Amino acid sequence: MIRTTPFHERTSALNETGLWEHWSNHLVATRYQMSEKFEYFAIRNAAGLFDTSPLYKYRITGPDAERFLGGVLARDPGTCAVGKAQYTLWCDDRGYVIEDGVLLHVAEQEYLLTSAEPNLAYFQALVGSLDVALQDVSAEWGILSVQGPRARDLLTAVAPEAAALGYFDVRRMKVSGVPVIASRTGYTGDLGFEIWVPTEDALKVWDAVWEVSRGQGVIPFGMTALYMARIEAGLILLDVDFHSSRFAWTDADRSTPVELGLGWMFGGLDGRAYIGRDAIRRELEQKTSRWRLTGLVVDWRDYDRIYDEAGLIPPKDHTPVQDEYYVYDDALNQLGYATSQMYSPMLQRHIALARVPLDLAPGSRVKLEAGVRHRYEYFDANVAKLPLFNPPRRTA
Amino acid sequence: MAKTDGAKRNGARTNGAKATRSNKVVSTRDDRTYDAIVVGGGHNGLTNAAYLAKAGLRTLVLERRPIVGGAAITEELRPGFWFTTFSYALSLLRPDIIHELELTKHGFMPILMPSTFCPMENGDYLMFGQDHGENHQQIARHSKHDADAYDAFNHDVLKVCQAIKPLLDAAPPDIFSDDPEELIALAALGSRFRKLDKKVLHDAVRLLTGSAADFLDDYFESAIVKGYLASASIIGTKVGPYSQGSGLVLLYHLLGEHDGEFGAWAFHKGGNGGFTQVLARAAESFGVEIKLESAVDQVITKNGRATGVALVDGSEYHAPVVVSALDPRRTFMELVDPRELPTDLVDAIRRFRFQGTSAKVNFALDGVPRYPALGDRTDQYRGFTNIGPSMEYLERAFDDAKYGWYSKRPYIDCAVQSLVDPDMAPPGKAVMSCFVQYAPYKLRESDWDTEREGLGDTVQATLESFFPGFGDLVLQREVRTPLDIERTVGLSEGNIFGGEFLAPQMYFFRPAPGWSQYRTPIDGYYQCGSGTHPGGCVMGAPGKLAAGQVLKDRERGRDRGG
Repeated sequence: MIRTTPFHERTSALNETGLWEHWSNHLVATRYQMSEKFEYFAIRNAAGLFDTSPLYKYRITGPDAERFLGGVLARDPGTCAVGKAQYTLWCDDRGYVIEDGVLLHVAEQEYLLTSAEPNLAYFQALVGSLDVALQDVSAEWGILSVQGPRARDLLTAVAPEAAALGYFDVRRMKVSGVPVIASRTGYTGDLGFEIWVPTEDALKVWDAVWEVSRGQGVIPFGMTALYMARIEAGLILLDVDFHSSRFAWTDADRSTPVELGLGWMFGGLDGRAYIGRDAIRRELEQKTSRWRLTGLVVDWRDYDRIYDEAGLIPPKDHTPVQDEYYVYDDALNQLGYATSQMYSPMLQRHIALARVPLDLAPGSRVKLEAGVRHRYEYFDANVAKLPLFNPPRRTA
Repeated sequence: MAKTDGAKRNGARTNGAKATRSNKVVSTRDDRTYDAIVVGGGHNGLTNAAYLAKAGLRTLVLERRPIVGGAAITEELRPGFWFTTFSYALSLLRPDIIHELELTKHGFMPILMPSTFCPMENGDYLMFGQDHGENHQQIARHSKHDADAYDAFNHDVLKVCQAIKPLLDAAPPDIFSDDPEELIALAALGSRFRKLDKKVLHDAVRLLTGSAADFLDDYFESAIVKGYLASASIIGTKVGPYSQGSGLVLLYHLLGEHDGEFGAWAFHKGGNGGFTQVLARAAESFGVEIKLESAVDQVITKNGRATGVALVDGSEYHAPVVVSALDPRRTFMELVDPRELPTDLVDAIRRFRFQGTSAKVNFALDGVPRYPALGDRTDQYRGFTNIGPSMEYLERAFDDAKYGWYSKRPYIDCAVQSLVDPDMAPPGKAVMSCFVQYAPYKLRESDWDTEREGLGDTVQATLESFFPGFGDLVLQREVRTPLDIERTVGLSEGNIFGGEFLAPQMYFFRPAPGWSQYRTPIDGYYQCGSGTHPGGCVMGAPGKLAAGQVLKDRERGRDRGG
């Protein structure tokens, strides 16, 4: 039986399209209005509201909470003080990524961790003799995400403490009398906040945010607009840009953090013994990564030319294509593959996230395949550093 | 007024040069000497300068006003309320300019308009959104026939646009020249059209020469559908939808290609002034120097060559290339002495029709107007709101203008821009830009200084008739007549396109036969305003194509050892 999120009573009233999709057995809006592109512009231009409640949420408490996480997570949680959040991931012992998530250090000996897929049993098996409690609190919290240049003003209007929240800060605060946990985080590459709200009071918080956002161009956005924003921002998605090493059949479907462009997490190698450490260290030292996740920017002139010559008006569709398209060199030897692509309104180009060989530096030219008039054509594209869209307010 | 004899200004020039030299002791060229000077910092001037600078020319833009942007400016006329004083939306801007000038690095952001709203005089309405099926149903409320015909119309017009579009991206071949290069270009053009489907070519000719009404009548029966579509056939031009020539104007407004979508229009972040600020930043990043409040009095020529410009304040700047981004009248009749020009060119420019016919009335509003049939909804205003409910309404509005007066019931294209760009008004408040037609530049037995507020009242009364209670929302009103456009922006007779979109003033003939390739009879003096091909709207193509011509000529000059 499909479930609804704590905000469903409000989101369902706002969904003019009747389009819903399933996310971890919850109904979420594909889009609220006929145009997901308009929702996307709300994120980039004003602010958008997104119901991100279906994420799996774990609460990790106890005297050994940090020690436990330090052994499990690839990024050192010791660098995540109380009141901070951290984008993190966990790997298997061969250094392949299992999943990623956001860790919130909400109080001494208390953390919250999100994930896209269930990980409770995996984590529990790693507790051993440590004095730590793991709870799946997914159903206890709704998460309302407020994303866009106006996000801070809106949050501050409902909770003045939010004004002081810096990038990846976390605070407990009250909205309309409801105790919430707000983090300066998001999945859009824009200025944004995520508000963890106790399920039973979710509507009160939604209403408070809704109220202050009226007359300011703020609208809810659905999954399609979210995907648009995340591709521009170079934020990876499980089962699209990478797969959990736990469930991959072959190593070709496994990725290391470095291959995914997350090598920065290991800038100062700490002394922790965590799962995958030796493999990650070896990969960094011996440079054994097989490929690198990078951005591709399609050459607009070549794109238009190929369609013009086919007698077609070049389509420039912002709808994300989260599927594999192969990347070639000029002689049409396969180099790698793109995992997500779209036409980016902010960049006015077709862009993609792709896996390419390590020797292809930013600026290198490759060819990206796509079907034109029922046959493959190969479009010039340039390798570009991620994120492709990176406004200063992203980290403000 | 124009003086082209540099000798007359010798004193000023010498003084200027001396002052410079005393500051810069060791320099082979003083800071008043450039490779190119662009007169006018509108969108075409900025585009032109950016391309020249990108090619390595030390380029100066001289702008008369305290802001760049020409007619594409956004001004805070009331605290927190930003008005797109004149030009207010984008569509025809050439995508290659966005890419080549790297505008996205400088904040380029066209915001989708998710709806188009067409109120009717009987209280009903026609609304277009982003969903094909919903649009079909909307049209079917008025005519089931037209709902189907709408797809056919769009498909046919799109095919014409596909065929015509390449003309926007190249200088017209010179049909009066024996230069083999021109003959080759002409042959290429001919062969392009020869390959076209018969129907596409015929549709193109019907649109380019005929009336919008004739074309639309072939597809539609519903007055509101025709009124909406025909509205695009009169913009900026003194024609009605039944006039021959309105088809061309219609086609132009469908030719855009914005944010990847053919025919789409969008609001730029911060209005069109936001766009020209982006353009200015891009130009500066290529090294363009922009001087504001620097009104150019004349182009200095020596032996038939442009050598620089003299400002109204008497100072001078020197460059072997001077590009005028002003309209053809100012370019040929004011910045230079027409006596230096061939008589046929001067005659053609004298005949060139401006006769501005559009006005702007901009409102700061206490809230968003309501349309009775839609109750408290306001999402219908997130794009254009088209007050032009039938071709007859538009034609009657034109009738007034034919006889020298503004329309009693004007055509109005409204845009509540703060609904899609909330930074343009305080929360809960609104700015509403109203493009108004017809407001002929020349009024019969009166003038615009007398009639300005009369026009404002007429527009407000018309809006009140569609949106009861509108007047109560008005916090401030700004009326910009063709005379104001001329005075503020400098566009002759307030014509928003730098010269009307009429067949004899297009392509080979824009702005004059033989002078459609951005050159002028004066060596080193070029034109890049909207009065050149492909024309007005915030397209940028004249600026870009003119830069191409300047650079090509420099290359040739080098080849000849010049």
